[in-house]
Amino acid sequence: MSASTRQLSEALTDTAVDAPDGSSILTVTDLALRFGGTKAIDGVSFDVKKGELFSVIGPNGAGKTSIFNCLSGVYRPQEGSIDFLGRSLLGMRPDAIAKFGVARMFQNIELFDNLTVLDNLMLGRHQHLQYGTLAGMLYVGKAKNVELANRRIVEDIIDFLEIEAFRKFPVGMLPYGVKKRVELGRALAMEPKVLLLDEPVAGMNVEETEDMARFILDIRAELDLAMVLVEHDMGLVMDLADRVMVLDFGQRISLGSPDEVQSDPAVIAAYLGEADEGPTLADEIAESKATEDAEEARS
Amino acid sequence: MSAPPDTIEPKAARATLRGRPELYTRYAADQALLNTNAKKFWTLALLLAVIILPFTPFATRAWLGNLTVVMIYAIGGIGLNLVTGFAGQVSLGHAFFIGLGAFTAAFVGGTPGRTAGGLELEMWIWLPLAGLVPMAVGLLVAPLAARVRGLYLAILTLGLVFLGEHIFREWEFVTGGFIGRRAPEPVIAGFNFNQRQEIFGVDFEREAIFYLFCFVLLVILAVLARNLARSKSGRAFAAVRDRDVAAEVMGVPLLKTKVLAFGVSSFYAGICGGLLAIAFGQITPENFGGLAGLLLSVEFLAVILIGGVATISGSIIGAAFVVLLPRFVEIASAYIPFVGGQGSGAFLTIFQVNQILFGALIVAFLILEPRGLFGLWLRMRNYWKAWPFSY
Repeated sequence: MSASTRQLSEALTDTAVDAPDGSSILTVTDLALRFGGTKAIDGVSFDVKKGELFSVIGPNGAGKTSIFNCLSGVYRPQEGSIDFLGRSLLGMRPDAIAKFGVARMFQNIELFDNLTVLDNLMLGRHQHLQYGTLAGMLYVGKAKNVELANRRIVEDIIDFLEIEAFRKFPVGMLPYGVKKRVELGRALAMEPKVLLLDEPVAGMNVEETEDMARFILDIRAELDLAMVLVEHDMGLVMDLADRVMVLDFGQRISLGSPDEVQSDPAVIAAYLGEADEGPTLADEIAESKATEDAEEARS
Repeated sequence: MSAPPDTIEPKAARATLRGRPELYTRYAADQALLNTNAKKFWTLALLLAVIILPFTPFATRAWLGNLTVVMIYAIGGIGLNLVTGFAGQVSLGHAFFIGLGAFTAAFVGGTPGRTAGGLELEMWIWLPLAGLVPMAVGLLVAPLAARVRGLYLAILTLGLVFLGEHIFREWEFVTGGFIGRRAPEPVIAGFNFNQRQEIFGVDFEREAIFYLFCFVLLVILAVLARNLARSKSGRAFAAVRDRDVAAEVMGVPLLKTKVLAFGVSSFYAGICGGLLAIAFGQITPENFGGLAGLLLSVEFLAVILIGGVATISGSIIGAAFVVLLPRFVEIASAYIPFVGGQGSGAFLTIFQVNQILFGALIVAFLILEPRGLFGLWLRMRNYWKAWPFSY
């Protein structure tokens, strides 16, 4: 079936954003989320520009995933606003937000374990399958054609992510690295206008991390898709991101290019404690890269 | 890299290559329900066997009756499997919807009695209504049920069974009160499907006709359910069952999906009830309400647990197992010294043996093969596919 391979940009045409280059498509202003007395997010503002890879980093519990949960409608923030392509996402149900083009990959794999890889990706296409329940029960004509056309799109994604061998496997049986890829595929299948990636390389070895980085870069190159990346792998973030926002205890402590952020004293303090004679974040990154290179040389 | 669409899936191309029946060159061939030659052959063989059965010497009236009940149970089982197996919403209220279907059928198709009314309509009206009325009630209850899950949902749906008992007893005009009422006649355009008939010079027993009628209905409803399961809504059911939060973030509306599952399930239950009424002949509130209703609900849970959760074929296998097991126990009881019929003074009655067997089997399947009999079949098939290798 590889004869039918199309470029992602040909298969996923809805991802195009009708906005001038360099304009913000997602604007978050003074977002605040509290659980009782705990401030998970405390007045955070940022914007994501068209085609930008925007990264959010911070120590554990800084509120990174909470921001994602607010963006995708799982949590309702108490204050602030979220505007996406000129519409407010506040108060919308998650499925409505998904329809507006916000797709998400989860930190702890949230795939549908009993469905096959194919069905998981097809589920990502749910909102694009325009036929009714009764038509589905009859499974002739339109329903069948829609299913087949979307199967082709899903197959293009399967080809892109190189998971052809696992197509008919229930995802519960798959190894961790493949599951992460399937999750990326499911988010892609939604044909989003912005992609939220919550720790896409957590727990992966060097090769898997590089594969994932390659996929992310390829998606950018082919779809010019805006992405928000939460990640603890500093090497990956600093290599890939256009801009980085650093959170600590729910507050934004820095926002800028990777270089600016790395030399920001506030960031160094948050990660390593008060800076006296200790190593800087840049040193730490250089060190982690050196270990990765050594690991690679060994293998 | 990319080719124009018409060369990607040429209409004229063979779906499979000669000599390589399982190498698909078109997605349509890969997605077909019967996508291998073996499946096509055995499905056809099974259909033929079931159709021919009434004309063979094996088919006594009693056994045809049993097999008819199997098919009716299979329809109900498919319904429960859609909501509990596919959508993951445990329902103990299935008996209520079955009862609702039965009494709707009896009211719309039945003759008026001393206290009970009846509309005396033909089956092409009362059978769809027997499905649609429970479906409407299901759609009404579902938004409430969709707010809770797990044990709470089980208890909430269980409440329906007891609510049902009260309604079935008290609404005499429709249900005939505690003595119940006679089942409607399955008549379409003057043709009675529950009567000895002569068609093209062939003499059909009453049981044979109703058996074939139920079989056709089962095949249609099973194919519809199978299509539902493999299309958009079925995937949404499974997504809600496996991870509801992720499903919602992927664009699946939770409430709508759960309500749909309850609606379709109740429709199947209602059809099952309408047909069951005919199989019983006389229906009373005792059949579907209260403790008997709870037992009936549990029996249907046994159908899907033993047959195979979230499979349509499993529901049918499970129905056959649950309906026929008591018959076999009955036959076997003659040869087992301490088992006898009601009032025979034996250590265990047949009813008790059945209850013990069901309990033991459900526990055994849950622990050893959660995919039920269908799972056993899959294991067997994979073993022989790989034979003589172990993987």
